[in-house]
Amino acid sequence: MFKWFGKVNFSPYTKVTDFADHLKDGRLMGSKCKQCGHESFPPRADCSQCLSGDFEYKEFSGKATLVTYTTIHAAPTGFEDVAPYTIGVVDLKETGRLLAWFGDTIPESEIRMGMDLQVVPRIFEELEDIKVYYSLEKPGTTWSVAE
Amino acid sequence: MSRVGIIGIGHGQFGRRSDATVQELAFEAFREAVQDAQVDPKEIDGSVIGSVPEYHKQRSLPGVVQEYLGLNPVPTWLTEVACASGSAAIRTAWMGIQSGAHRLMAVIGCQKMTEISTPEILALMGRVGEVQWESVFGTTFPAYYALFAQRHMHEFGTTREQLLQVAVKNHFYGARNPNALFQKEITIEKALASDPVSDPFQVYDCCANADGAACVIMASEEVAKKSSKPVAWLDGVGCATASMSVLRRPNLVGLPSAEKASQKAYEMAGIGPGDVKVAEVHDCFTVAEIMAYEDLGFCEKGAGGRFIEEKQSYADGQTPVNIDGGLKSKGHPIGATGVSMTVEIVKQLRGEAGERQVRNADIGLTHNVGGIGQYCFVHVVRRD
Repeated sequence: MFKWFGKVNFSPYTKVTDFADHLKDGRLMGSKCKQCGHESFPPRADCSQCLSGDFEYKEFSGKATLVTYTTIHAAPTGFEDVAPYTIGVVDLKETGRLLAWFGDTIPESEIRMGMDLQVVPRIFEELEDIKVYYSLEKPGTTWSVAE
Repeated sequence: MSRVGIIGIGHGQFGRRSDATVQELAFEAFREAVQDAQVDPKEIDGSVIGSVPEYHKQRSLPGVVQEYLGLNPVPTWLTEVACASGSAAIRTAWMGIQSGAHRLMAVIGCQKMTEISTPEILALMGRVGEVQWESVFGTTFPAYYALFAQRHMHEFGTTREQLLQVAVKNHFYGARNPNALFQKEITIEKALASDPVSDPFQVYDCCANADGAACVIMASEEVAKKSSKPVAWLDGVGCATASMSVLRRPNLVGLPSAEKASQKAYEMAGIGPGDVKVAEVHDCFTVAEIMAYEDLGFCEKGAGGRFIEEKQSYADGQTPVNIDGGLKSKGHPIGATGVSMTVEIVKQLRGEAGERQVRNADIGLTHNVGGIGQYCFVHVVRRD
């Protein structure tokens, strides 16, 4: 269910709703068009190249490099309690980009443009509802089910 | 193709306008523009309103503005492309007049923003990024431009001081603009002491939310030629888009929509960037003005930092930019901004800019960006 994705979710209904189910189980999924084979991240149900609506999920490695980042001090509604937080934009090894928070394995002082990173699926353990996201971590960091 | 002329301009006070409704703000600018154009409002055959509806309690804004301006029963409609809504209104009026459907139109950019809180505005504006994959991480509008700034600094060696030199320049001119929100000069030291917003940005890198309105009266060539005012001709209209998501941009050091829109505007007007004598660019954040110098071809890609450091965008520099204070100092009532830029350019072309007057201003340009560059409108305006 896509409503699980993000601390605050603004688009609970989507054709790629199973993305969040996969993420909850530790898998980062992109999409692959069944007609022309074009791959996307973020995943999309409708192919930008051949316009086909027939797609399948493809698991991505999560290997990534940092393109740019910023630390947000003035936070919007719903995020005040986690500010300041640092977001990064990364190029994924397979294709596409994603934007995410830096996780605990990388102190702010160690962030460098172009550094290698691992995108790791996460569950908000401190929240009662199921809330999933992904974070940017040191290469080699693995997903693990909460104890 | 026949030409479309701007024959009247009006500009209200920008700021925290808790004294007026949005239609009252619109009226201030409209009255001034109609009086400036010396036209009978009854001759106006339509209006276009540039505004972003989310900020207003009033639904369907054109209706209430049209009634308050006394323009019923002629047509009106809204244009909305985030912070470029005002320029979209001008483009739409240009299209309306070029099509022959209209001969004399009022274009009103108006916005009241300060009725909602800053965190709410941060949330609303952050959602001009892509909500499905980006806003879930608490992105804000300053954060997106901060991502551009960090990359620009990394790739081209643009410095923190160069970013703030944009703010210093725009406050310098804003201090000389009676319609500006902040009529006060600032120093780099003062800017560096301000609160952090989204690294590298601090408060003085960011424009301020504001209330305000601006208006231009636009006419067909036939009508404009009878005007008693010197006509400013809208000779180049360029418009382009870029991906909603920052994740699908070809690079993060400029706005592809601004490059495309300016190429189109230059081509249509038959000029190049070197012919622009005065420009108004969308400096919602300091880095945005530096990227605009480059995207518009005032300097090479990557040279924007040096361009401001060498004061090439001051009134006596190579290409004067934001000599009215820009969004930074005037304030940014988002729907009004594109029209406000146009008002300033017309003033400059007419030689009515007072102590802010740029020499030999015969060709002017506006560069109005919506969102984080999803939309960009570039207009070339020329005097007779």
